[in-house]
Amino acid sequence: MSHGPAELQVLAAGPGISVQDLGRFGYLGQGVSASGAADPVAMHEGAALLGQSPDLAAIEMAGAGGSFRAARDLRISLTGAPMAARIGDSPVAWNASHLLPADVPLVLGGARGGVYSYLHLGGGVASPPLLGARATNAAAGLGRALAAGDVLPLGLDAKAGMVNQRLDPLPRFGGGLLRIVPSLQTGLFGAADLKRFCAIPFTRDPRGNRMGVKVLPDGAPFRSEGQLTILSEIIVPGDIQMTGDGVPYVLLNDCQTTGGYPRIGTVLPCDLPRVAQALPGAVLRFAFVSADEGRAALRQAQAALAALPRAVAPLVRDPHQMPDLLSYNLVDGVVSALAPEDLPDAQPQPTPEREAR
Amino acid sequence: MSETTITDAAVGGAFPQIAAVGLGGLLVRFSDQLSEAANRAALAFRAEVALQGLAGVQELSTSLTGTFLRIDPLYPDVAGLCAQLQRLLDSRDWYAAPLPQGRRHLRIPCVIGGSHGPQWGDAVAASGLAEDQALASLTENRVRVLTIGFAPGQPYMGQLPPEWNIPRLSQLTPQVPAGALVIAIRQLIIFSAATPTGWRHIGQSAFRLFRPDAARPFALNPGDEVSIRPITAEEYENIRAQDRSGDGGAQIEVLA
Repeated sequence: MSHGPAELQVLAAGPGISVQDLGRFGYLGQGVSASGAADPVAMHEGAALLGQSPDLAAIEMAGAGGSFRAARDLRISLTGAPMAARIGDSPVAWNASHLLPADVPLVLGGARGGVYSYLHLGGGVASPPLLGARATNAAAGLGRALAAGDVLPLGLDAKAGMVNQRLDPLPRFGGGLLRIVPSLQTGLFGAADLKRFCAIPFTRDPRGNRMGVKVLPDGAPFRSEGQLTILSEIIVPGDIQMTGDGVPYVLLNDCQTTGGYPRIGTVLPCDLPRVAQALPGAVLRFAFVSADEGRAALRQAQAALAALPRAVAPLVRDPHQMPDLLSYNLVDGVVSALAPEDLPDAQPQPTPEREAR
Repeated sequence: MSETTITDAAVGGAFPQIAAVGLGGLLVRFSDQLSEAANRAALAFRAEVALQGLAGVQELSTSLTGTFLRIDPLYPDVAGLCAQLQRLLDSRDWYAAPLPQGRRHLRIPCVIGGSHGPQWGDAVAASGLAEDQALASLTENRVRVLTIGFAPGQPYMGQLPPEWNIPRLSQLTPQVPAGALVIAIRQLIIFSAATPTGWRHIGQSAFRLFRPDAARPFALNPGDEVSIRPITAEEYENIRAQDRSGDGGAQIEVLA
């Protein structure tokens, strides 16, 4: 076992790789959005696998992966959208924790079934906090995407030794139903449009990033009254903003703090990971729930996160389970295509319309 | 639990009003139209709620005419919190509240028009003023920072005289640089970062709104006053080459 510095070297990084935590709070009044992991459930899962706090920072990858190496043995866990993962020459399971031995490269690539994948490290990423948090929001000038050559300091790993654990991920992949409550401008939409909004399917458009994703209605666009005269007001993640063309954007953690586009509703925070992880083409539906139903859903989601540490189980090296654990690695035979230069392209992530209003 | 004190997606109606923002926020709206009085009310109400330290409230901010309270979505007595806010609203005339303390006046150098402000001519035409009148109106009137929002440190400043009540463009300009001065609906913005915009791009400053590594990361606060000092493109380039502070050549005086 080597005892080099507790840090992670980035050998190669696809686009959209950044350090994230659970968000930066307290600066809304200065125009700073919370940011943080697009899929906070993955942060909790990764922490449970390592037996550490979900507040510790991790590495988020948007579609494309990267390769990494450390000068000492590290504990890692892998959560979110499954990627092909390899430590040295050995494929390793997703939704699991592993020992990354000193000087052996970890190669991750090609997310499938979701948009955001996470690499968690024992002790967490301990880069200097910016305004009290490690969440990166590059567009806002808070940190930047990771690049080859970066070296990330790591915190003290209190649970060295606990590895080879696995976890069944909480359901949130592949689109599905999003529960919403009224927002500030819901009343500007007609009753017929509100009914239609909850009746039709929407398709996740390729346009989307950490600020928000566009969802295309199966039918006519949605128009509100007084669309152009709304005074700019507070925006919160989850708001479903109707831009000029009447096609909604569901806003995520990097969204701007104010805006003047009408918002037809707000997705419950516990359903936002489902939005973030929906791949282009995924079908999403909306349903209004009462405030009490919404709070009950939040409580249930919190309980599910709190139960994660108890759901961790040893990673069984049973050959009958391996194809399942390694999922498409073996099924698709893509393991050999994992050289960093061959990493698949990132998810298309153009910027949604950001207009100061 | 009753939430009858929360207006349901209120539109119009009497002000001030308390509206729910999803499950995790409350917005106290002082107007649905921009006015100095409603802006002052929002700032003063925010300061008072901060002093009161109300249970369940996690963070406060203001928009142009509203005070936002980020709340714990599982706080068990939102109705009680709303009642506390209503009592506070009823306790005085918030529209008559004074501006916050610690305000400053900043004279920020900007190149107006030319390649640094390609939509200046268009904005002048929309205002109906002659160009020299328009420049005088833009640079001789002080504007106030009404709110900081959208992006870190980014000010919405107003109000300019009524002739500047010019609409936003229906077509977005794909990208204006950080420091760009833009105008619409009697307001000015200096952009914190490069961004697309529907506001007309009329000038360029070297003033940095957000300085993440500085002791004072946010250059402006609501209530600060700003005037635009017109400079040439050469002066702008000189300032840009020499300025290390981020102030972009601004002259700063303390007001109150």
